[in-house]
Amino acid sequence: MTSARSLRRPVALVAVTGLLVIAAALSVAFGARIITVHELLTAFGDPGSNGIAEAAVRSRIPRTILAVSVGAALGLSGAVFQAVTRNPLADPGILGINTGASLAVVCGIAFLGITALPQYIWLALGGAAITAVLVYLIGSAGRGGATPIKLALAGAAVTAALSSAISAVLLPRIDVITRFQFWQVGSVAGADWSGIAVVTPFLVLGAVLALLGGRGLNALALGDELAAGLGVRIARARILSAVSGVLLCGAATAVAGPIAFVGLAVPHIVRLLVGSDQRWVLPFSALGGAMLLTAADVIGRVIARPGELEAGIVTAVIGAPVMIVIARRQRIREL
Amino acid sequence: MTALLRTPSPSVAPPVDSLRTARRRRGRRRLTVTAVLAVLTLALLLLCLCVGNTFSRPDEVLRVLLGQTVPGASFTVGELRLPRALTGALAGISFGLSGVTFQTMLRNPLASPDIIGVTAGASAAAVFAILVLGLGGAVVSGIAVVAGLAVAASIYLLARRGGVLGSRLILIGIGVGAMLHAVISYLLLRSSPFEVAAALRWLTGSLNEAFWEGIPPLAIAVAALGPLLGILSRRLHILELGDETATSLGVNVDRTRLLLVLAAVGLAAFATAATGPIAFVAFLAGPIAARLIGPGGSRVLPSALLGAILVLASDEIGQFALGTRFPVGVVTGVLGAPYLIYLLIRTNRSGASL
Repeated sequence: MTSARSLRRPVALVAVTGLLVIAAALSVAFGARIITVHELLTAFGDPGSNGIAEAAVRSRIPRTILAVSVGAALGLSGAVFQAVTRNPLADPGILGINTGASLAVVCGIAFLGITALPQYIWLALGGAAITAVLVYLIGSAGRGGATPIKLALAGAAVTAALSSAISAVLLPRIDVITRFQFWQVGSVAGADWSGIAVVTPFLVLGAVLALLGGRGLNALALGDELAAGLGVRIARARILSAVSGVLLCGAATAVAGPIAFVGLAVPHIVRLLVGSDQRWVLPFSALGGAMLLTAADVIGRVIARPGELEAGIVTAVIGAPVMIVIARRQRIREL
Repeated sequence: MTALLRTPSPSVAPPVDSLRTARRRRGRRRLTVTAVLAVLTLALLLLCLCVGNTFSRPDEVLRVLLGQTVPGASFTVGELRLPRALTGALAGISFGLSGVTFQTMLRNPLASPDIIGVTAGASAAAVFAILVLGLGGAVVSGIAVVAGLAVAASIYLLARRGGVLGSRLILIGIGVGAMLHAVISYLLLRSSPFEVAAALRWLTGSLNEAFWEGIPPLAIAVAALGPLLGILSRRLHILELGDETATSLGVNVDRTRLLLVLAAVGLAAFATAATGPIAFVAFLAGPIAARLIGPGGSRVLPSALLGAILVLASDEIGQFALGTRFPVGVVTGVLGAPYLIYLLIRTNRSGASL
């Protein structure tokens, strides 16, 4: 048993990393124009080359990097939220956190005249944090604490309310609608280096906090009393992890728009692979999320050629069945 | 109720007489509330017919309704405001009925058709028909109805595993709804700015495109399915006691639930096909009705009337009370949000149903 598990983790690590590398390579190679290996090599090897293929590769590199980092952030934040709330359905999309970030950004664009990412990333983070707290308070009020169904319903209902508010802000402002379209469906298509530079500090900070919190999350999984008995400061561990989750998904939403279901699906598959030790689940969720979003982005570019399907739509279509499978399992109340 | 009366614990139970008077008082309260709501609905209908960019006097409106030609009022009242008001009232009734049925059946005030993905199915199909297939009019409505039913059926089948579990149905519905919303957003992103205005209605719900041809299907649905829900409402309230209790009281749980789901989904789908998914009407009508009439008794008729009131009042507000003309769905959504949060907290705190 022990040897089988100890073997399974390295194998899974190699497999997921391999898939991520393949997805990233495909992401650079595929698009409206397919790049050959030779062109790929010249684009990297010879900075002076100026062909169309080389230009395409160079524009796809930031996009691939963004897909990898946003995917990793979403997968990681999903794993963190699921562990903090001890709830298998916790996901930034389902819980309405993405919509909260969107609403904050829309208000910023409409009322404060904000147009640049460095300014509205703060709005996105604030909106995400407020919504996360609100949904959790609503979902956990009363008997039984935050059961999966209460949280999911609170999230769905808050999402509906926030979407109406977004419509109310947008409808009188035609000029904002065009800029907002990006905020309805998440996508990594608009990636550029400056955007990546703005979000990177937030993502790194969130990731470090999340990975450091793994031990605390393991203890929380045993229940509050037992965790306290093991010498873990429950409130601190929970708040630290929740902050890291909000940082990750808020920053990801600020730069890529609302992308649902990555945070939901990935940790579940990861737990099947590596067991429930959070010190393994968290890094694997990051890897898996990066792989999933990059692959979704590639799929979106391939199946709708010469146009594109937004990555957020592909992940929703892939991820919703996962949610249905989870809900169909008998013991959804436990994690 | 009868089961309660027969409970053999004389030392605790109040005398049958006082139970009976209490029951009668509740019945009277329900009757009063229903009558007030009906009067309010009619008053709002009249208001919708009178108020517009120009004001028509009630007597002019009445003459138009009686079929006379009134210069200056026949067109605005008969062709513009009447279809709009009727569509709003019928859609409100449908949403209210559908919402209260789902909420009672699933024993959760949050489980209304707009939250668990049923109206999203009708919306997604309608947007697809308009933007991709280039269809319009009654065909779109038909497609929306069929799609709403199909989505509800698949949610029901997916949740069915050794009997339908309410919470599973809700969770699967939320997942399916999220997926369908992604599809709607995608289709809207692809469309040209001209079509977006028409398609936006399928995201928020609006009466702006109400026309005479759209009314008959909706009216037939309300006329056929409304009474059915009224008849089933007794069994619906027995279902509320839980599956085991309901079975032991002689209710065929599965068949009743299937009938209820079909009727409720049908109503929601027809209404969505006519107006788009007007946010929160299905969601709010039932709980407000429950607050008004108190515990016990059927909430079906009051909820239907409240649905109509919500839609008509919100449409008036959206058209005239604010600087910009907002579609009715935005108004109900924004007005509904605080009540929703209040309701969520209250439900969860009292530990009801879950």
